[in-house]
Amino acid sequence: MIKLQINGQERNWDGDPDLSLLWFLRDEAGLTGTKYGCGQALCGACTVIVDKQAVRACITSVSDVVGRQVTTIEGLHPTGDHAVQKAWRQLNVPQCGYCQVGQIMQAAALLIENPKPTHDQIREAMAGNICRCGCYQRIENAVHLASTGV
Amino acid sequence: MNIITNPKTLRGFERYVKVDNVSRRSILKGLGLAGGFVLAAPVMSRPALAAYKTGADKMPHGTVVDPRVFVAIAPDGIVTIVAHRAEMGTGVRTSLPMIVAEEMEADWSRVKVQQAHGDEAKFGNQDTDGSRSTRHYLMPMRQIGASARTMLEGAAAKRWGVPATEVKAVNHEVVHSASGRRIGFGDLAADAAKESVPSVEGLRLKDPKDFRYLGKGQISMVDLRDITVGTARYGADVRLPGMKYAVIARPPVTGGKVASFDGAAAMKVSGVEKVMEVKGWPWPSKFQPLGGVAVIARNTGAAIKGRDALTIVWDDGPNGKYESAAYRAELEEAARKPGLVVRKEGDVEAALKGADRVIVGEYYLPHLAHVAMEPPVAVADVKGDKAEIWAPVQSAGGTREDVAKTLGIPQENVTVNVTLLGGGFGRKSKCDYAIEAALLSKELGAPVKVQWTREDDVRNGFLHTVSVERIEAGLDKSGKVTAWRHRSVAPSIASTFAAGAKHQAPFELGMGLVDMPFEIANVQCENPEAAAHTRIGWFRAVSNIPRAFAVQSMAAEIAHATKRDQKDMLLELIGSPRILKLDSVKDLWNYGEPYESYPIDTARLRKVVELVADKGGWGRSVPKGHGLGIAAHRSFVSYIATIVEVAVDDKGKLTVPRVDTAIDCGTYVNPERIQSQIEGAAIMGMSLVKHGEITFKDGKVQQGNYDDFPVIRIDESPAVTNVYIVPPAPDTPPSGVGEPGVPPFAPALINAIFAATGKRIRTLPIGKQLEA
Ligand code: FES
Ligand code: FES
Repeated sequence: MIKLQINGQERNWDGDPDLSLLWFLRDEAGLTGTKYGCGQALCGACTVIVDKQAVRACITSVSDVVGRQVTTIEGLHPTGDHAVQKAWRQLNVPQCGYCQVGQIMQAAALLIENPKPTHDQIREAMAGNICRCGCYQRIENAVHLASTGV
Repeated sequence: MNIITNPKTLRGFERYVKVDNVSRRSILKGLGLAGGFVLAAPVMSRPALAAYKTGADKMPHGTVVDPRVFVAIAPDGIVTIVAHRAEMGTGVRTSLPMIVAEEMEADWSRVKVQQAHGDEAKFGNQDTDGSRSTRHYLMPMRQIGASARTMLEGAAAKRWGVPATEVKAVNHEVVHSASGRRIGFGDLAADAAKESVPSVEGLRLKDPKDFRYLGKGQISMVDLRDITVGTARYGADVRLPGMKYAVIARPPVTGGKVASFDGAAAMKVSGVEKVMEVKGWPWPSKFQPLGGVAVIARNTGAAIKGRDALTIVWDDGPNGKYESAAYRAELEEAARKPGLVVRKEGDVEAALKGADRVIVGEYYLPHLAHVAMEPPVAVADVKGDKAEIWAPVQSAGGTREDVAKTLGIPQENVTVNVTLLGGGFGRKSKCDYAIEAALLSKELGAPVKVQWTREDDVRNGFLHTVSVERIEAGLDKSGKVTAWRHRSVAPSIASTFAAGAKHQAPFELGMGLVDMPFEIANVQCENPEAAAHTRIGWFRAVSNIPRAFAVQSMAAEIAHATKRDQKDMLLELIGSPRILKLDSVKDLWNYGEPYESYPIDTARLRKVVELVADKGGWGRSVPKGHGLGIAAHRSFVSYIATIVEVAVDDKGKLTVPRVDTAIDCGTYVNPERIQSQIEGAAIMGMSLVKHGEITFKDGKVQQGNYDDFPVIRIDESPAVTNVYIVPPAPDTPPSGVGEPGVPPFAPALINAIFAATGKRIRTLPIGKQLEA
């Protein structure tokens, strides 16, 4: 039996310990905010925060996160009003929205590590997250807004 | 002039309303509330009130103009408006209800949007494609809103015993200004429901100068908050009790099938419950599934692992030799010989012979995959002769028809619930994945989710065609272009519907080939044959991509050859402001629109070129290694021009410091979403220029994921994209926005690269061509 800490709650898993965290979250735990986009750490749609770092859930197995704190979009902020989430809404970032949870989690992790990133640092840190709709200009500006308030 | 610069200026609009995305049964319940408009409305078709005509009524099931179908008012005043088109990022699920709210004077903060299930007899056409939603529904939605408003006003007038002409709906209430009396919409709902629906002819539409929402860009997408908190529901997010998870191994070659398979190892994978062969249809079969071997499991991860453990022997069928390099050579050969003439003015042969010089360009664009971030996925629950589907589909009505036909049950027994789409780009116009889920659910007697992996999406989709566009331009001594011959060779989307289709269909020829707008005395367009060897489908902007690439590159090639400025040359080629007469074109598609309302108007094309040149600083001096390129193209009856500034370093690495795009899309609804569509189109355009290429070997797609089919990431995206929207002249009909941004981007960038480096790129993607 594997015990996991997800969004501050304990979750048990007695199936395949190699199951990826992505499919555990989505299909077994019902936390569908985290998305599948590539399954190979190429797109960032599945990004969650483990302890304080952005992690691709698709290539992380459930057994990898035993004893760690997993935060998904559902647990990022109690009312959905994290500075990144607010900035995203203020600048109307999303188009289809499918990549945006991963983008927001990546941005939130970036701001833990570097509260005042430059535009170049934002572009570098967000480069693992694909948006096929092409919202990059707004993503960059929204991360900047979340970090500076302007 | 409505000039929008960049998103920083769009701050402060954190308005949204909560959205319900519920099944048909709940819609019935919701709209059946006491006091709501009554249901079971007779279907009325839209008569002519519009100052302009669109092709809307020629679409399957046309339009439905009836407030009782689209609007419900609850006693608490909440107005529910139905969105009958699919949301894939264009904002249509917000824009269309917003039009209704505008006309009925509803207060947007008290509006809820409800997604329609697939039912075209009830809602009218639901195919969300062809950049048609606003174009076809601006007027019908205004009429629906105006009808609802008239009914509310009528009910209030009766209650007060005053003539209806003395009352007026204002911001969610009806006011009688003579007496100062006012009643909220909620209090009027029950009475309004008893009013007869007014005739469309007699409706009074709002004066556009009184618009509060339309054209303002101050309302955010209704899904915005849900998207940012992770509760927005896409196809893959649907979960039903007892639902099984399935992935399918499909034939790697189009037209192939399973010869034999062994599922024993897959069955040993933890969580796998069943391995079974699934039915496929012989190619071509429109949108029917390819068939293969399905692995059913308790979660998607187990199903994928199980599929990896399958052993399958495939029978590859007739396309097992499809190979991209050889096919390109075939297309080039075809383009160098005469083909079916599809437009002819003057005598191009003689004019080319008599020309002082002839410039020839042959432009190649490979297959492309859509790779929407959300791969195809669908949930189905089939019980007896009833089926319910939850899926991200662009065509809810079409999905309903196809599922019903495949299962052999009446359409009335199929409910298609449309989730949000995690991108569509034309891929999700084809509902094969929903049919797969329905077939599996029927077989298993349980709800099933079929999840496509990214590799499935890349390898088993409906690709953008592959094309050679060959243009010969004949110039006289003064450098004036006197002859233009354009041959376009590409397998047609028609080949997905009918075996052996080798010529492009009118809708493909009409995307930048026969509607070429240059003023040249001798023009001939030809379409030599090309056979398809894989499933070809619509990809955002479709044939406009290779056509604009070829035509607009050639314009710049001529400019260079005659030592003229790109923009001046482009304007000279477009020629005088005029309405094109294309008498020699037998079947001018014109995006399905009547030519009287949507003619090809070179004045509008000239105007976007001039606007973008002005605002985008055409001719400004740029640093060494930088270059500016320009291109303009009419598609989806909108006019767009783009300037790209590129920087190419000494290793051939390119970056884009700035993009400027001007769009004339007629009367528009939501400039903020137009801007986001154009920003996104630049990224998609840049992806196909820099990276996009699907190749075949032994009939199989050689790519599989974002590593070998890369798309633009944020660190290579343009530093800034500026968008300029042409304010419409009064009564200009609305035109497309979702697709037209893509076609001019590639040639603008290619022309910029030439300006920066002197290298002329005629084969996309660029790949390593700048490194040499
Ligand atoms: S799904 Fe994990 S990075 Fe793409
Ligand atoms: S918003 Fe659609 S993929 Fe990013």
